[in-house]
Amino acid sequence: MADRKAAGAGAAAEIVFSHVTKHYPGRRAAAVKDLSLVVPAGEICVLVGPSGAGKTTAMKLVNRLIDFDEGDITIDGRSIRELDAVELRRGIGYVIQQIGLFPHMTVGDNIAVVPRLLGWPKQRIRERVAELVELVGLEAGDRDRYPSQLSGGQRQRVGLVRALAAEPKVMLMDEPFGALDPITRDRLQNEFLRLHEVERKTVIFVTHDIDEAIKLGDRIAILREGGVLAQYDAPDAILASPADDFVARFVGADRGLKRLALRRLSEIELDSPNGIPPDAPRTSLQTTIRDALSLMLTEGAENLVVVDDSGEVAGLLSVGRVSRLLAEP
Amino acid sequence: MRPVIDGFPWITDNLSLVFDKTGVHLLIAVLALLISIAIAMPVGVWLGHVHRGGFAAINISNVGRALPSLAVIAILIGVIGLGRNTLIVALVVLAVPVILTNAYVAVDTVDRDVVDAARGMGLRERQILARVELPLGLPLLFAGIRTAAVFVVATVPLGALTGTDGGLGDIIANQASYRLEGVVGAAICVAVLALLIDGLFAAIQRAVTPRGLRGQIDFAAVQTAAASNPQEEGTP
Amino acid sequence: MSGPPPPVVIPNFGGASKCVTNNDLFCADWVQHNWGSTLQPALLEHLRLTLIAVAIGFVIAFAAAVVARRLRFVEHPFTLVGALLYTIPSIALFQLLVPFTGLTETTVEIALIGYTLLILFRNTLAGFQAVPEDVLEAARGMGLRGREILWRIEVPLALPAIMAGLRIATVTVISLATVAAFIDDEGLGSPIFRAIQSNVFKTELFAAGGLAVALALFADAFLVLVQRLVTPWARRERT
Ligand SMILES: Nc1ncnc2c1ncn2[C@@H]1O[C@H](COP(=O)(O)OP(=O)(O)OP(=O)(O)O)[C@@H](O)[C@H]1O
Ligand SMILES: [Mg+2]
Repeated sequence: MADRKAAGAGAAAEIVFSHVTKHYPGRRAAAVKDLSLVVPAGEICVLVGPSGAGKTTAMKLVNRLIDFDEGDITIDGRSIRELDAVELRRGIGYVIQQIGLFPHMTVGDNIAVVPRLLGWPKQRIRERVAELVELVGLEAGDRDRYPSQLSGGQRQRVGLVRALAAEPKVMLMDEPFGALDPITRDRLQNEFLRLHEVERKTVIFVTHDIDEAIKLGDRIAILREGGVLAQYDAPDAILASPADDFVARFVGADRGLKRLALRRLSEIELDSPNGIPPDAPRTSLQTTIRDALSLMLTEGAENLVVVDDSGEVAGLLSVGRVSRLLAEP
Repeated sequence: MRPVIDGFPWITDNLSLVFDKTGVHLLIAVLALLISIAIAMPVGVWLGHVHRGGFAAINISNVGRALPSLAVIAILIGVIGLGRNTLIVALVVLAVPVILTNAYVAVDTVDRDVVDAARGMGLRERQILARVELPLGLPLLFAGIRTAAVFVVATVPLGALTGTDGGLGDIIANQASYRLEGVVGAAICVAVLALLIDGLFAAIQRAVTPRGLRGQIDFAAVQTAAASNPQEEGTP
Repeated sequence: MSGPPPPVVIPNFGGASKCVTNNDLFCADWVQHNWGSTLQPALLEHLRLTLIAVAIGFVIAFAAAVVARRLRFVEHPFTLVGALLYTIPSIALFQLLVPFTGLTETTVEIALIGYTLLILFRNTLAGFQAVPEDVLEAARGMGLRGREILWRIEVPLALPAIMAGLRIATVTVISLATVAAFIDDEGLGSPIFRAIQSNVFKTELFAAGGLAVALALFADAFLVLVQRLVTPWARRERT
């Protein structure tokens, strides 16, 4: 009972891996090796790395679908070994690529599974389901439909809110958008970020797509084969200074451009708008630096006029300024 | 346990009787099966070729499977009277549905693209049937015949309960004359006969599978595809 | 010619209608007269035999399938026993049990149950095995316990296969229960055998045979209906 309360409503929790090692029996190499990292409460930590690097394994250690051999994992300072595995899982949202919706339950019943297991009152469950269905952009009528009657994107939305239903402090997500088309994936990523603003959880998100990691992660943990942590840092820091060749190769030769995509024109200091060339192209403060650069290159212009929401000129961006930004640590 | 063990020596001690009854048993079974095939195959294959009557074909098999054998024999005795022919007619009534439905499904489910391609190449309808649909549908078609064959062999003994020849069933149903050893011995013969027939048709089924399809077909699954049930065999 | 022992009671031809004495094709008056005394009881007995056999057979097969779902090595021995029972001709199995349990309903039920086991076990296990791995993983990850996963996820998802097995088992038992009258004089087989013994009395053959056929078809249709009701998700496909 006490555990249930501890895993209680709304809050987020800090997750700490300390020297965690997992060895599958019958395998020579470890799947996760001496992994130490701290995921601060309410942040999204993305685990990336090539196939077989141990991302899924590391994630499943947290809800004890897999048990580790050495080290410890704590949630809010409590070792997960001390908790009953089932109670622990009920306090952790879990989303997988194959979604795993229960085909014999309606959307509403799927979402309500964990709240029911936790013995929530009927009224509260009903309200929560209605809230989540709306939050994720499904129609109220979709609540009574079966998974087989939904599109792939809709199903993954349901999978997402099903994991959120019991207001877990922690979410584990294993390539949740991996099977979607690029447009739907982009939309769901944005929705996920929006949801994260509304309901701040500590999220461990697994992907092998570095762009997704950069877009979603507050922090990125890059794993290499053998389950060794290669680098753990904020996206910008990883792009600016990769720890080694492996990381540099993994984030790609265009890491400079990726880094530019992380910042908007509103976040940097612009040159003063003196002597604007009359034919210079214009763009808004909300544009990313990467898109601004792209615009200058396609228009063949040296400078770009940046305007704010009301159309007033806010400043000037030059190609030279962009390359100085790239050189910043 | 004794009679079970004694059943085996009983067979060797009464070989001529066993051969005799097995002969009658097989004669009845083969006749019934041939007539069933002659009736059910053309209808099923034709319906499958024109893709018509699917609903009826599936339901015929469900109804056929549900029919209690002894009740069917009883009703036919009322119509035709006692005799070997009545038993054969009853067996036909019971065997036709499974053959018909499998034949229908076998032809109906042949890849439409392949059939369209054949049509596009200028094959006549009968050529499409003979050269494309039948070869591709043969495994499933034989699955139906196989199920029916096992069923017929296992059902012939009921004849002995209904005042006509029952092949080996004559021994099984007459404990008074042959004692329990004889009952067991004859029952073993029926079981072995059923297994042999099953094995024989499994081999035929494999042999008639076009080379290009071999290895792709799970024969255990094929047998049940028609009724979409994981299990469907001859009733004991 | 061999057959069941001669019936104790020969149908009452004396004082019967002309239709009956002529043994015409079908005499409605005879059916009317004998409905309450013969046919209806036989039908109810038949129904009872069937229900008991299918119910007990299902409990055994279901329990075995639940075990075999986790312990794969159980599957083979159980299938083997079931298949062995299944290949023994029913007339023989009934007689084989008589030395142990006599000419009783127990004998009949044991044999009938034996014939249901293979079908029900295989279908139930196939149903369990068809539950998608991702669904199970999601259930575990959400914190469902083993028993909750069995009853809330695996059993509901196996229902279509289980119901298909129940359909086959039920019609099989209805068919074999008519044969069982050869050992234990009850069920719809009993009027059938009596009619054959009494100079092939057509009306009784039609009435009893017809009732058995009707019972089987009705039971099958009923189970289809039940299946539709308990698996609503399997019906509504995406349009
Ligand atoms: N149940 C298991 N038993 C034995 N070895 C396993 C098991 N699960 C994973 N492994 C091995 O552990 C290593 C890490 O696997 P893991 O699934 O964690 O990788 P991953 O980073 O998630 O890869 P992917 O991107 O392909 O999903 C691999 O070498 C894998 O083969
Ligand atoms: Mg993985």
